[in-house]
Amino acid sequence: MHPALSVIVFTVLSGAGYGLLFLAAILAIGGVLPAAFWFDGCVAVLALAMISIGLSSSVLHLGRPERAWRAMSQWRSSWLSREGVTALVCYPAALMFATGWLWWADSMWWRLAAAITAVLAAATVACTAMIYASLKPVHQWRSAWVPAAYGVLALYSGCLWLDALRLGFDVPVPHLNLAAVALALAGAGIKIAYWRHIERTRSPATPESATGLGHIGKVRMLDPPHTQENYLLREMGFKIGRKHRRKLRRICIGLGFAAPALLVLIADFLAPTAAAAPALLAALLAMAGLLIERWLFFAEARHTVSLYYGAEAA
Amino acid sequence: MTSLPDRVSGKQLGLVIDLDTCVGCHACAVSCKQWNAGGVSAPLTDFEPYGAEPSGVWFNRVHSFEAGDGVDGRTVHFPKSCLHCAEPACVTVCPTGASYKRAEDGIVLVNEDLCIGCKLCSWACPYGAREFDDDAGVMKKCTLCIDRIYNEHLPEAERLPACVASCPSGARHFGDLGDPSSDVSKLVAERGGFDLMPELGYRPVNKYLPPRRGAHCGSVAGRAPADALVPTGDAASKLLSWLDRLLSR
Repeated sequence: MHPALSVIVFTVLSGAGYGLLFLAAILAIGGVLPAAFWFDGCVAVLALAMISIGLSSSVLHLGRPERAWRAMSQWRSSWLSREGVTALVCYPAALMFATGWLWWADSMWWRLAAAITAVLAAATVACTAMIYASLKPVHQWRSAWVPAAYGVLALYSGCLWLDALRLGFDVPVPHLNLAAVALALAGAGIKIAYWRHIERTRSPATPESATGLGHIGKVRMLDPPHTQENYLLREMGFKIGRKHRRKLRRICIGLGFAAPALLVLIADFLAPTAAAAPALLAALLAMAGLLIERWLFFAEARHTVSLYYGAEAA
Repeated sequence: MTSLPDRVSGKQLGLVIDLDTCVGCHACAVSCKQWNAGGVSAPLTDFEPYGAEPSGVWFNRVHSFEAGDGVDGRTVHFPKSCLHCAEPACVTVCPTGASYKRAEDGIVLVNEDLCIGCKLCSWACPYGAREFDDDAGVMKKCTLCIDRIYNEHLPEAERLPACVASCPSGARHFGDLGDPSSDVSKLVAERGGFDLMPELGYRPVNKYLPPRRGAHCGSVAGRAPADALVPTGDAASKLLSWLDRLLSR
């Protein structure tokens, strides 16, 4: 599948934003994150900025962005529509949570707003993952590893940003460094398991089943239906870079998981203000690693339409 | 509404494509393009139509495959367009309600006024039946020529999808595949018509008929020896074959 930059940026940035929002909301309800003006403000602004940049990027990816509001209507059947609805409803809840954090942190209504924010943030990431995991024509996406990865990676990147901010503002949160390391391990483990899964399995569809000619023998393409590339080949016949996938996977694990985990462990031994620098670097490296991870997620996905264009498996 | 219709009429209009008689002439693809470039989905935008890299929207594409090896192998021309599935995931994934399946005849359509161009429907179609129009910013697809099949301004004999009307070898058939007594349903039953990628569960309405196991794909033993191809006939042709032998020395 064609790795569109807009969708890669959207899923990585909004994933981190919703992860950060989710963690802030549940830790704030639990009383672990204290109310502190600049810290709370920065957490909320960063989370909503990442979410908003991501969503804008995804809207610009549309052929008719001015009609994007129509995407809210089909939540009964469409994961994309559900994602739109949860993303939109999450905004007022998040704003209520963020403003209430400073002034009404002991009220029941604020707890409710925070809880709704956490639920909607998690639901939005889950809907994003399900858009891909529900597509039968793309075997590499139709796997339980996909929602697992989207969820854990959102939490992981969100946790690194929260850690960097709380160290920068010297806000004590016990075990957050270790939580980030644990999420790095979980994220890397899920991605490695996912890559093993896609190396070892193939779509049940074959050139033989796609053409129904398997009873004659093995099916090969003789002539393509057109001489130049068309929409189908540009969008779903993407092959570039697949041969570098092993190298890119190693870079992704090193840059996106191992290096940030190491930096956060180092930060754990430093004084909070000194620790902020390695923690910030960890968050930035993780984002770079996740951009590679997301690029691979698209580039390695093979659509069954490629079976009509000479692919031997999908 | 992109949820599938609760109550369907039972009518499932679709195509039956005979892979035995298709000669791969692309007339169906070209007439489809011609009709639909002026029909409800118009325009079917082309970029650089006369340039080095022409690219544009087509609803019907004719692939060519080889199946099997040696004398039992076959070359099969394979036209492919929307299969108007009974379980069209392209419809249910649509976030806006632009994609829909009609309850009255089972045709899958796009309302271009509602489409936001997210392209998710084209990802959800395993067959590659939908093509995005980069100029209009919306998705386009085969309409089964709704503007022909119900068009009372056309003579009744022409109320067929353009691809069916233009096929010179009679390889394309149009009818109600939801009715077991229709001509197309009988043809499918008789010839062992099949679904494409049945394992994915889309339950396509369009059916394909397999190439026949005819004499023309028999074994070597059944073939006449090459000598039998020497010209025979009247005196004039005997003279020509004598000249041929003479000149071949």
